[in-house]
Amino acid sequence: MSEPRETVVELSAQLAAGAITSRALVERSFERLSALDPALHAFLFTRREAALAEAAEADARRARGERRSALDGIPVALKDNIVQAGEPATCASRILTGYVSPFDATVVARLRAAGAVIVGRTNLDEFAMGSSTESSCAGPTRNPWDLARSPGGSSGGSAVAVAAGIVPAAFGSDTGGSIRQPAALCGVVGMKPTYGRVSRYGLVAFASSLDQIGPFAHTAADCALLLEAVAGHDPQDSTSLPEPAPGLSAALSGDVSGLTLGALRETEDAAPGVRARVREAIAELERAGAKVREVSLPHTRFAIATYYLIATAEASSNLARYDGVRYGRRAADGSGGVTELYERTRAEGFGAEVKRRILLGTYVLSAGYYDAYYRKAQQVRTLLRRDFETAFERCDAIVLPATPETAFRIGEKSSDPLALYLEDVFTVSANLAGLPGVSIPCGLDAGLPVGFQILGRPREDASVLRIADAYQRRTDHHRARPPR
Amino acid sequence: MSRISRAEVERIAHLARLRLDAAEVEDALLRLEAVLDYVAQLEAVDTRDVPATAFVIPLATPMREDVPGALLPPELAVANAPSPRGTAFTVPRVLDDEAEG
Repeated sequence: MSEPRETVVELSAQLAAGAITSRALVERSFERLSALDPALHAFLFTRREAALAEAAEADARRARGERRSALDGIPVALKDNIVQAGEPATCASRILTGYVSPFDATVVARLRAAGAVIVGRTNLDEFAMGSSTESSCAGPTRNPWDLARSPGGSSGGSAVAVAAGIVPAAFGSDTGGSIRQPAALCGVVGMKPTYGRVSRYGLVAFASSLDQIGPFAHTAADCALLLEAVAGHDPQDSTSLPEPAPGLSAALSGDVSGLTLGALRETEDAAPGVRARVREAIAELERAGAKVREVSLPHTRFAIATYYLIATAEASSNLARYDGVRYGRRAADGSGGVTELYERTRAEGFGAEVKRRILLGTYVLSAGYYDAYYRKAQQVRTLLRRDFETAFERCDAIVLPATPETAFRIGEKSSDPLALYLEDVFTVSANLAGLPGVSIPCGLDAGLPVGFQILGRPREDASVLRIADAYQRRTDHHRARPPR
Repeated sequence: MSRISRAEVERIAHLARLRLDAAEVEDALLRLEAVLDYVAQLEAVDTRDVPATAFVIPLATPMREDVPGALLPPELAVANAPSPRGTAFTVPRVLDDEAEG
């Protein structure tokens, strides 16, 4: 089997030149899926016939000289919490078993309008609550770099689908690092856009003030194309930014001279091997002409605590909708009334981690605890935002590790209640402050990928991608592929 | 010092409409205790006069013309319901539960 190493930009050029067809690309995706996914378990659902038919339509358009966009005919995968009309959307939860979406998420409608071919739906931690893709009711996804290890999460399936070359691009969602952390652990690029850059309409809600959809690919240039296709105001999401999506690909000049990068001081939680790779990445950007100075974000040490209070509070409210009445699973009728139906349905339908988070969220919002926990967390969130505002007076972007360590073993962190939460120590701050962030492969440590992260000012998605692209033009780390 | 009691876990579970078995109550006690110990670090942060951030991007409430848009047809809206009747959702009797609060 050929080793697909092509990027979206390269495949798009090959399609335009008539060197390859969309149908052949989609067939290759399914060949690789058949060969690799039994071991990886990146996908929950696939739509082979529909995807092949859509690819044939893209090829027919091209034959007529029509082309909807650079994504026309490109296979992509979606995390199973982004709904597509006529397709299942389970969020890897038993409670949504059998659910078929009656509508398209705005991201899906825009991808389809751009001609992208959606091949399937990828595995995740149940309702995106996790950092390892282990809490999926369908079982874990495995890291293609080492099958005994986790791909990270919660968008582990999407990261693996790209890392293993099944699709050149995928979408996930990032509430506390759920795109950037698995991207780092799988050796691909993953981007969380500015909060509000991408419509959340049709993204199953976890924590609404933090959730954001974003792309996975091999390069920042691909992420720019993917983000351009889906970004921009959407009347269906009143929290989407009012301005039209900015031109992102056009901003990729390859030039970082004149930019000042803030290297985060508080990186003591990162393993030595991770810190070493990140230092090398920063040095490379310095050689490319960027100025580097150290910056401090003193309140980031409170970010995990702040995040878990806010995210679980919002989750407990958002997940109240799963009641066995309007959609999803319903417990068998008992003798009791509607409260019993709710309680039994939710007891049967939710997994352990989701229940824990609903309980914590309900607790921190309950009478007597609201001020001490939820309001306090929102105040610390303000201090964290101010840290970033101060830092961005001294630099244009902040560079830091994406994760504290490389991929961990499946099961390794399941017994300690806090170990998995601490995985997100470098990623949650961007969600709390609404910033754009991207994780870029910057080499290996003991054979496993390391990601470094670039955070930008709110709305400056383009400058984050520009720095990432400049780095990738000078390095080959994004060309490294897993052994299988 | 124990931050949360078994009775409190059971009360919260009821508020969240989650029926927990005995093992889940024990798990919840252990986990909530650990998380609440961890988040107690926030007590050390001076937040006097610090406003709360609920949303990061300041946006005005968006307004639109009051005209009907395209809505989900009722048949489609109930298509995922576990026990629909016509174009209605069904629930067990509710009045006794209302009294319970």
